[in-house]
Amino acid sequence: MSDTAAGLLQVGLLVALLAAVYRPLGGYMARVYTSDKDARIERGTYKLLGVDSKADQTWATYARSVLAFSAVSLIVLYLVQRLQSHLPLSLGLPNVEQGLAFNTAASFVSNTNWQSYSPEATMGHLVQFAGLAVQNFLSAAAGITVAIALIRGFARSKTDRLGNFWVDLTRTVFRVLLPIAVLGTLVLVAMGVVQNLSGGHEVTSLVGQTQHLPGGPVASQEVIKELGTNGGGFYNANSGHPFENPNPLSNLFEIFLLLLIPVSLTRTFGLMVKDKRQGYAILGVMGTLWAAFTFAATLFENQGAGTATQAAGAAMEGKETRFGEWASALFATSTTGTSTGAVNSAHDSFTPLGGGTALFHMMLGEVSPGGTGTGLYGMLVLAVLAVFVAGLMVGRTPEYLKKKITAREMKLVSLYILSTPSLVLAGSAIAMGLAGARASIFNADSPHGFSEVLYAFTSAGNNNGSAFGGLSANTPFFNTTLGLVMLLGRFVPIVIVLALAGSFARQQPVPVNEGTLPTHKALFVAMLVGVVLIVTGLTYFPVLTLGPLAEGL
Amino acid sequence: MTTLTKPPAPKAAVTPKKAASGLFDPKMLLTSLPDALRKLDPRVMVKNPVMFVVEVGAFATTILAFTDSSVFVWWIVVWLWLTVLFANLAEAVAEGRGKAQAATLRRAKTETSARKLSADRLSEQEVPAASLQLGDLVVVEAGQIIPGDGDVVEGVASVDESAITGESAPVIRESGGDRSAVTGGTKVLSDRIVVKITTKPGESFIDRMIALVEGASRQKTPNEIALNILLASLTIVFLMATVTLPPFAEYAGIDLSIVVLVALLVCLIPTTIGALLSAIGIAGMDRLVQRNVLAMSGRAVEAAGDVNTLLLDKTGTITLGNRQASEFIPLAGVTETELADAAQLSSLADETPEGRSIVVLAKTRYELRERHTGELPHATFVEFTAQTRMSGVDVDGRQIRKGAAGAITAWIHDQGGTVVAELGELVDGISASGGTPLVVAISKEGVARPLGVIHLKDVVKEGMRERFDQMRAMGIRTVMITGDNRLTAKAIAEEAGVDDFLAEATPEDKMALIKQEQEGGRLVAMTGDGTNDAPALAQADVGVAMNSGTSAAKEAGNMVDLDSNPTKLIEIVEIGKQLLITRGSLTTFSIANDVAKYFAILPALFATAYPGLDKLNIMRLDSAESAILSAVIFNALVIIALVPLALRGVQYKPSSASAMLRRNLLIYGVGGLVSPFIGIKLIDLLISLIPGIG
Repeated sequence: MSDTAAGLLQVGLLVALLAAVYRPLGGYMARVYTSDKDARIERGTYKLLGVDSKADQTWATYARSVLAFSAVSLIVLYLVQRLQSHLPLSLGLPNVEQGLAFNTAASFVSNTNWQSYSPEATMGHLVQFAGLAVQNFLSAAAGITVAIALIRGFARSKTDRLGNFWVDLTRTVFRVLLPIAVLGTLVLVAMGVVQNLSGGHEVTSLVGQTQHLPGGPVASQEVIKELGTNGGGFYNANSGHPFENPNPLSNLFEIFLLLLIPVSLTRTFGLMVKDKRQGYAILGVMGTLWAAFTFAATLFENQGAGTATQAAGAAMEGKETRFGEWASALFATSTTGTSTGAVNSAHDSFTPLGGGTALFHMMLGEVSPGGTGTGLYGMLVLAVLAVFVAGLMVGRTPEYLKKKITAREMKLVSLYILSTPSLVLAGSAIAMGLAGARASIFNADSPHGFSEVLYAFTSAGNNNGSAFGGLSANTPFFNTTLGLVMLLGRFVPIVIVLALAGSFARQQPVPVNEGTLPTHKALFVAMLVGVVLIVTGLTYFPVLTLGPLAEGL
Repeated sequence: MTTLTKPPAPKAAVTPKKAASGLFDPKMLLTSLPDALRKLDPRVMVKNPVMFVVEVGAFATTILAFTDSSVFVWWIVVWLWLTVLFANLAEAVAEGRGKAQAATLRRAKTETSARKLSADRLSEQEVPAASLQLGDLVVVEAGQIIPGDGDVVEGVASVDESAITGESAPVIRESGGDRSAVTGGTKVLSDRIVVKITTKPGESFIDRMIALVEGASRQKTPNEIALNILLASLTIVFLMATVTLPPFAEYAGIDLSIVVLVALLVCLIPTTIGALLSAIGIAGMDRLVQRNVLAMSGRAVEAAGDVNTLLLDKTGTITLGNRQASEFIPLAGVTETELADAAQLSSLADETPEGRSIVVLAKTRYELRERHTGELPHATFVEFTAQTRMSGVDVDGRQIRKGAAGAITAWIHDQGGTVVAELGELVDGISASGGTPLVVAISKEGVARPLGVIHLKDVVKEGMRERFDQMRAMGIRTVMITGDNRLTAKAIAEEAGVDDFLAEATPEDKMALIKQEQEGGRLVAMTGDGTNDAPALAQADVGVAMNSGTSAAKEAGNMVDLDSNPTKLIEIVEIGKQLLITRGSLTTFSIANDVAKYFAILPALFATAYPGLDKLNIMRLDSAESAILSAVIFNALVIIALVPLALRGVQYKPSSASAMLRRNLLIYGVGGLVSPFIGIKLIDLLISLIPGIG
């Protein structure tokens, strides 16, 4: 089979798998968030937390709950790392240094999973599964709750209540993430992913040297890493490591897992706002963007660039031979489009334009299809923006999903579209302006070196977590600034989105008729794709010019 | 009710005065220049964040131009200032059009004195009009100017309101009822009235009109505020993108000058829409003024675009103001032609619209040539009066009469004739169907007998069905309001093609209907003129009061139609929509423009360090300087080029939202993407000839 045929087959299989679960999972999640029954284990959790599961929260209370919960998570995760050597299952590893511990805590609580460290050499088993893996579940769940609250903002009217964060969070963990994770773990183990609690094996290699092969609960962590669009690998090589991702089939399954929830949530959205076509339209926009970026990345990687790759016949630097160009490009697009940040190849080693595609894909704001929950709410905010401009063009003050977009909503939308680019650009500018920070650049004095820094802040600001490996980011400066950018890039938009949800929920619905802008048709899908590309494209075009374009053209 | 009373003659619908004001006259740019220069004051500019940023940039580059002087820098400086100036010009031109109108109104407001009555109405005192207070009583006689807004409390007079409406035909104003309101500055032509002043000095209708057309009291509308927020945030995004560039460029070994950065920033921020936004708003209000509608707030104009339900009064809006003859129904033993002939003869002296319609019907349907009163020299005509309620003719020994059933029956009895039962049935039948029956009778040789009945009925105005179909396509529901019974209302509603009707409507019913619609989230527009319409006018999202109406109605509504033409509601909705479409289209255009500007400027900035980036120079612009300058010049010129569009509003054809979006997205989205590539290239070809640039 040729590379192209194999590549197309993978893409086709992936789309078919997603199509198969789209309706059942989307529908199931809609029921999860609209049901008023609590499972026994959930009731136990509520009792433990002291939560009244029937209490409905205002947007402000909901937001405070998200923030309080995340703050506690941040502190716990920080402390677990700082006290590692005193805790069991540390594998003899020392306490984590404070800058790195902050960066890692911020990274996992913000669902970014940026890793400034080599996991197998830094984190023991306890930190890995009681700290990091737990956050992989909780931060993913928190993202979904915010999306659900925004959906309720559209679906409800004349109320200031958006649901209960604690209930949404608990249900997401117990009814959505855990069951899929268990199933997924079994599948991955069957495919050959490692799952044990051993400290590793000493083996003698063919040339006679001894080598340490660290083991651990890899498969269980691998599943939630993808499913929760987290991306923090058990090993430094992430999904490029054969213990995490042994073969093309497991590779495809991992890509499937990371797209699973963000894609299916559009169905949940359509069902909850009682207009399935709206969900299809949002999925259409996400799918179009994902397909376009996959196409571009695959094209650039296959074309290769430079004499070395042409001599080698393929741009295989930094890629696993068991995956090749197609599966690497597919993984790269899917991981940068979902805010996952897991990698099965080194993005740093991609062709300039291929790497630039991954970079630009993150810059879209993680909406194609985005992280768990974050992708949906990010796209809905952009939809509101698109409707605002397009709505005027049909001669009505704009409305989306029967809700008016007034000055108040636009203020929030404006803040939202401002927040992440400001963090990314300001962070990059500070780093590039400081000689000390510039010293971390591996490919100094080349546009690629600039791309490394830009990639780091883009990844952090958009909560992706993948990296251009050339940058030595485990320095006090980068640990601190990237940590702050991750936290702000996560929680500022969350508060804005919840405020927006509250604002929409209060409104009375406007009846839909012939004069209403149709937001479920192909024309609107095309327009929203254009808005996403132009709004983010215009913001980042200058920096992309100085980075990947300067290198690749 | 089958009486025929002469209805008050409705004012003829005035064709909107389009004059020259609807068109954009390039000369206005010149005359508005002083105003535009005055607006450069930073304290004024700061209200428009986008253009304020441009002004600050222009100021900064001017200072830099003195220290680091070059042809290129000075060209940039000049064009940055022109960008700001063009924006101010757009606004000044829009405002200027209102100023002429305001001047006319001011003339009407010239200092008049008032004859103030004492409280006991016995003595009278000459006071300046400006000193009149609420509740003061003033006497106005023929030839005098009414000193202030108020209600007639005594007497009846004909008033020339042309100062406000531009309509020269005088109108009747009388105490009591729905025609009691008078406006200060208008002139009493006949008789004497006593007016009770209802507004405080300086807040009169004319004062408000002046403020309105001058744009002095213009406040930003909700949607405009929302759009301004978006534009401000886009400005900040591009400011971020620009101010963070120097460290990145420095790393690449490129030294970016502040002048170049300012040029980039100005090209990226949405200056086109930022410059034209307020002109669009002013022009929207102005388009209403041109149609003789005064919107008391811009908010109402915007709401008009959003209206979901139109409440339209039947009479005057959907049907012609008067009923018209639709058929002749003869009694047994009389032929139709015979009846038609008698009806026509008896109506020759009836100058009411109903009377005319009988003559016309006889002519068109029975080919009875219209005879003139002069053609029958020996005939004696009996003219229609409201007292006799009949008209007729005495000719060749015959007496023919036509009129209300009661009046004619009485006449027959007087003439010693009898009335057959069949006539009563016919009359009742027509009444029940909502029509008005007129009886025709003849008296020959002392014997009077009825000939038959003329059926007068409501005639739906031409083109209404198409109008309502358009409304439906736009998602607007039309509801006909009428005092008629259900049956009549239903027949007319079906004929006119409205979506719904409210029969036997009382003001309370109207109010309830509005509330019910609003409950469902719908916006309601209505017209009204009576005092009992006032609560409903206030409740409606768009309440258009007729200028002929009471001051209570005018106070309650948020628009006043000076022509008192209820059909105009439909035009108002269209103007509201056009305003929003213009705003959205130019925003889209403005943002889409940026793509080309990047392709002009970025290669110019960076290709020296990274020669590969010259591939982005897809327009093949001459030099770095000419590329940057071309983008800046294009950015400025496009403002001026779009001023006429902003003032006129984009073309608007009622159609579904999908069709409108497709059309406008194609023109202003795709057009906005493509046109600057062409424009910048052309400018580059020109300016590359300038020494020091090319």
